Amino acid sequence: MQMPRPDAAVIGRKAQLVARLRQILPADAVIDDPTETRAYECDALTAYRCPPLCVVLPADTAQVSAVLRLCHAEGVPVVPRGSGTSLAGGAMPTEDSVILGVARLNDVLEIDLPNRFIRVQSGRTNLSVSGAVESDDFFYAPDPSSQLACAIAGNVAMNSGGAHCLKYGVTTNNLMGVTMVLMDGTVVELGGAHLDAGGLDLLGVVCGSEGQLGVVTEATLRILRKPEGARPVLIGFDSSEVAGACVSDIIRAGVLPVAIEFMDRPCIRATEAFAGAGYPDCEALLIVEVEGSEAEIAAQLALITGIARQHNPVELRESTGPEESARIWLGRKSAFGAMGQINDYMCLDGTIPVSSLPLVLRRIGEMSAEFGLDVGNVFHAGDGNMHPLILFDANKPGDLERCEAFGAEILKLCVEVGGCLTGEHGVGVEKRELMTSQFSAADLEAQMRVKDVFDPAWLLNPAKVFPLAASAGRRG
Amino acid sequence: MMEPATEAELAQAVAGAAGPLCIRGGGTRGVSGTGEALSVAGLRGVELYEPGALTLVVRAGTPVAEVETMLAGEGQRLPFEPMDMRAVLGTNGVPTIGGVVASNASGPRRIQAGACRDSLIGVRFVDGRGDVIKNGGRVMKNVTGYDLVKLMAGSHGTLGVLSEVSFKLLPAPEVAACVLIEGLSDADAVAALSAALGSPFEVSGAAHLPVGLDGAPVTMIRVEGFAASVAYRAGRLQALLARFGDSVVEDDPARVAAGWAWVRDVQAFADLPGDVWRVSVKPSDGPRVVAAVGPRRAVYDWGGGLVWLLVAEGRDIRPGLAGIAGHATLIRAGAETRARIARFHPEAPPVAALSAGLRARFDPRGILNPGVMG
Repeated sequence: MQMPRPDAAVIGRKAQLVARLRQILPADAVIDDPTETRAYECDALTAYRCPPLCVVLPADTAQVSAVLRLCHAEGVPVVPRGSGTSLAGGAMPTEDSVILGVARLNDVLEIDLPNRFIRVQSGRTNLSVSGAVESDDFFYAPDPSSQLACAIAGNVAMNSGGAHCLKYGVTTNNLMGVTMVLMDGTVVELGGAHLDAGGLDLLGVVCGSEGQLGVVTEATLRILRKPEGARPVLIGFDSSEVAGACVSDIIRAGVLPVAIEFMDRPCIRATEAFAGAGYPDCEALLIVEVEGSEAEIAAQLALITGIARQHNPVELRESTGPEESARIWLGRKSAFGAMGQINDYMCLDGTIPVSSLPLVLRRIGEMSAEFGLDVGNVFHAGDGNMHPLILFDANKPGDLERCEAFGAEILKLCVEVGGCLTGEHGVGVEKRELMTSQFSAADLEAQMRVKDVFDPAWLLNPAKVFPLAASAGRRG
Repeated sequence: MMEPATEAELAQAVAGAAGPLCIRGGGTRGVSGTGEALSVAGLRGVELYEPGALTLVVRAGTPVAEVETMLAGEGQRLPFEPMDMRAVLGTNGVPTIGGVVASNASGPRRIQAGACRDSLIGVRFVDGRGDVIKNGGRVMKNVTGYDLVKLMAGSHGTLGVLSEVSFKLLPAPEVAACVLIEGLSDADAVAALSAALGSPFEVSGAAHLPVGLDGAPVTMIRVEGFAASVAYRAGRLQALLARFGDSVVEDDPARVAAGWAWVRDVQAFADLPGDVWRVSVKPSDGPRVVAAVGPRRAVYDWGGGLVWLLVAEGRDIRPGLAGIAGHATLIRAGAETRARIARFHPEAPPVAALSAGLRARFDPRGILNPGVMG
């Protein structure tokens, strides 16, 4: 992984910078001991790591503003960090950068059920946002797999999705407002408890900007009343193509399931060995979940199973109660862990038009043979967001490189069929250099102009998202 | 008036412009700057429609009605129920899909399905330099690079001229029904709407008319879906809202559709004199807005969070709304009022600086609808 050469002058001023930071933050909020900063050397993209200059853990918006103002004045790059669960290296530091962690910003500021929003500090974890309103039968809809650990700050930065976004949308569709600190320390309020922007939709472009436009310290999030109930059905098929066709037919029929999840044979076998969820041994399976009252669920499932039967499923298992629902979801939720038991893996995140599913799955199978690396597919089929898991052995020289080359080919294929490089994980450092396969120079230039406005000196998370060659002239 | 027929011609028109351009779709939304007219209406047609993937890609000048008819043929629709502004503004012409996006026009279903910007998954546009830019694409989940799609929605032609837009669609429901309660005060009505929206019954419209068609206040709550489901939810909502008063269920498809079109298009103000304001606040602040302004007429949509106000000509209502978070847009007014009162709510200085910065970067010559947004 190529990163820009760190600024030696900044590294040389580390002691002075740390002393200045200690003047504006509580003593325990500045970490510069190399042993203690080790925990911040990488995020969940663990193949790449780098020690930061130091780490700061401010506790409120004013402290964040003070830190950014200082770093701006000193020309020191800042890498914002939520919980460090990024799979794309979004929170990976450089040697000359200060990690700004929002972990201490974890309060609930306001819960307003009649107006259906919650305002939280951005370091709060995704799951604990729902937790704060659970006893009132409300929830926060976006549910990334890492929701137990991931912070709202990171969700906003990456515009995170989850299994249930087919019905409820992703972060940007559930984010109503933010308090954000610009790199020069200016605090701005975007959006709020009302709907829609009064002028340009700055909130819309901030969400998903990967920590490059500002540091979000507070967020106003839409909360929803929980459905009366939810139940999945598991459908097994003897070919991936047929499973893909079934997804399309379900959508055509006018049902809008809350989730349609897909697993192929390698994933099914691995999860069976790992979790023993009782899945059928077949080429592909779908888990389709619907919501509503008992009668509504029954009616929707009848429609869905009726469609599925026309595709000659090898198995059709309708949940009859909470225990069976949990078993149906068990395998899907264990899929990443199960694949990890077999070997190291790289998880991709490209999105494709649903109609291209059979073609893309077949090509991935062919490439798997060409590269000599196994791959399992588990993904959100309703919206075409794929998660191919490429297995490799990190201890075997050359395997990681082969895996990355294979992954890049898959992502280019996603773009070729009309999709994109990343559906919910973000670009980070991981897919930075692939951006030219999806975007023209003018497309990238337009995006970089947005950063020019929010962060003219390109000090916030500068070496991410854009190909290094494209951003070189701006990073100074 | 320039009327390019292709994106390439559009790019040439912008690149070669000698001065300000007034960007037009169908010219029905009352937003026009000064300058040479540049119409996008010549860029028409469907690029791609894949019902099995709920995906539509269409050129910006395509009439909204054409799009809606085509989707209805497949049992689908645009989720966000775009408003038709011709009645309230007294404009003629053919609303275009690009105009819908440029103004982020969203109707009553916005509270459930999101605004136009939430269904918009891709754009192509020509920036102020004449460069063709694409962002997003045709897939629902896409976090590749910055989300300029959202930025373009509601940018009123000031950042670029849209040439193509892509949407995520929804299946059209089998049926719709409306729970109606008569005679509520504004505050009780908004409380009832909040109770309905806070229920698990998937309300897709929540409006209150202090002066309904027959003159009495009426509160409207819509549910849509499969027939059995809609009947069940309407019944549960009636029970839930019993404490607010007696209710009836309207389930005649034509009457339900007409009622919500009436709300969506603010037809109540169409033939009444006065300026029209659109105020966006948190729902429980809706009645505060009305009390503070004292309008001739008001219509509440979005559970109370969108308040349409009919007020005397030339009156600036913004000073009276100080202390209520949100924004007020001047939708209909005469030239003299327009010259005095900005269409869009003034932004806090640091936010205004960011907006101005973006406009300057995307349109360095300041030729795209100059002055329309500040």
